[in-house]
Amino acid sequence: MSGPGLSPWSALGRRSAGVVRLVLLLAFAAMFLYPFAWLLSASLKPRGQVFDNRIPPRTWVFGNYVEVFHQLPLLAWVFNSVLIAVLAATLVTLSSSAVAFGFAYFRFPGRKVLFGLLLATMMLPGAVTLIPNYLIWKWLGWLGTNVPLWGGTLFGSAFYIFLMRQFFLGVSRDLFEAARVDGCSYFGLFWRIALPLAKPSAIIVWLFEFQASWNNFQGPLIYLNFGDPSSYTVPLGISYAMTMYSPTAGGHGDYQYVMVASLLVTLPMLVIFAFAQRHFIEGIAAGGVKG
Amino acid sequence: MSTTAKRRRRETYQWREAVAGYLFILPWLIGLAVFTVLSMGWSLRLSFQHYDLATATGTSAGLDNYRQLVGNPRVATALGNTFTYALMAVPVDICFALLLAMLLSHQRRFTGPFRVIYYLPKMTPPVATAAVFLLLLNGQYGAINRFLGWFGVDGPTWLVDPHWVKVSIVIMTLWAVGGTTVILLAALQNVPRELYESAQVDGANGLAQFLRITVPMISPTLFFLVITNTIGALQVFDQAYLLFYRDGNAAAPDAALFYGVYLYQQAFQQFNFGLAAAMSWLLFAILMVITAVQLKLGNRFVHYEGGNR
Repeated sequence: MSGPGLSPWSALGRRSAGVVRLVLLLAFAAMFLYPFAWLLSASLKPRGQVFDNRIPPRTWVFGNYVEVFHQLPLLAWVFNSVLIAVLAATLVTLSSSAVAFGFAYFRFPGRKVLFGLLLATMMLPGAVTLIPNYLIWKWLGWLGTNVPLWGGTLFGSAFYIFLMRQFFLGVSRDLFEAARVDGCSYFGLFWRIALPLAKPSAIIVWLFEFQASWNNFQGPLIYLNFGDPSSYTVPLGISYAMTMYSPTAGGHGDYQYVMVASLLVTLPMLVIFAFAQRHFIEGIAAGGVKG
Repeated sequence: MSTTAKRRRRETYQWREAVAGYLFILPWLIGLAVFTVLSMGWSLRLSFQHYDLATATGTSAGLDNYRQLVGNPRVATALGNTFTYALMAVPVDICFALLLAMLLSHQRRFTGPFRVIYYLPKMTPPVATAAVFLLLLNGQYGAINRFLGWFGVDGPTWLVDPHWVKVSIVIMTLWAVGGTTVILLAALQNVPRELYESAQVDGANGLAQFLRITVPMISPTLFFLVITNTIGALQVFDQAYLLFYRDGNAAAPDAALFYGVYLYQQAFQQFNFGLAAAMSWLLFAILMVITAVQLKLGNRFVHYEGGNR
């Protein structure tokens, strides 16, 4: 772009624009990182200093990270959260892939209408089915258990089905026909050819669902909030701890433990992102641009 | 082999393929039947009933619940709050994300690390965000007001002052704007370079290039974001609940009574399933109307490559 015909002024302008841009980018980066640094510091402070905004802490209390496990059933919460998130992510990946393969490969009457219906269900706000779904799980006797938090994933999820179908449509049909001629069953087509090929898309689906389940707050609030704190997930547990330590509820303001728990619930997400950021960013960008 | 035999063979094949296809989509079909069709039907029925959770029976309520939607001032408050919030959050978030995406798209070095840093808040569970911002936004000790103090600005009591409660939640969404940024960045990177080069030859300045090239070229993405972010903003729950309604003993400002929060309270704290179901249908209707209007307007303003669809 920098042609020899341009005046030195515009070259200078371009360079200073570059500097301004870099300064802005760095300032915004600091803004995005500050709450993480604040959280880390607060989690290492004694009770009286949690709110003092000092980074790093004036007094270091590494013991918070041990004491929190005596104060709160954090281990149980982590176990519940991991179990639910892994179950939900794995089941939804398998079910959505199977359904997507059904829509992508097989020709059957009503296929177009049903796929249109699937797209239409994506428009349905969760609030409309929230109450009857609660009553269905209640009728099945699973309130207070974690089944409602992953059971629904057995039936696939519209957005993931859409995503996986897009991938399967890109696979050459000849590949499947050749396998059919060699005597491969329909299930074999899916399990041994389609799914291994779709690994990159399946990873995106798994990661998205793991994140959604791990971060989910309203679900556990509705289905697990029955007075037994050891059945909570980490997000519901943190909400419970925030109230427990709050002076209005008779607590002493031990927010350092809330901060430790908040850091521990955030850390796995950051680690997963560090290893799989390409998948997340590509998945989100693809979903948005094609939208 | 005769032609009829051939045709019969092909028909069996197709029949088998169709059965296999239905078997593959069966999980979704069951889910659709139970958790969508049955659920919606039940929800509709509930909205015309007074439901008693203890006996699991509903008695007919006629239009009572829908009349309450109009008559109950809390519903109006919740609707007003939610619309005000969405009208702030959607444009502010998208503009900020566009600014970030433009900065990133012009940057040649270190784009990767910046993109990762900007996206990190989006990975953070809402409950952790709420726990941190509850303290950052504290009117007296909070870091945000300390920061404003450096510039001589006396910050408001964000989480108490009714005028600033919604702005507080907008600030939290601004921090987690990375998802929108990444989508816009991808759209910006899809704009062909040649367009800018020829515009430069024609002597168009930066602003003209932004308005005449960038905005039209990314308008489908902007449009998609306006629709999805509006739908999301009208259903806001986590942050409002965690900051203001988590603690039953603490007074919550009316300004933070969002539609999703009031619906939750009615359904799962008051067990007033009838009213809550009616509220959910009103929300559904509102979302449909808003999306339809946006689609209609969108067709006029959005530029699609290769003509409007």
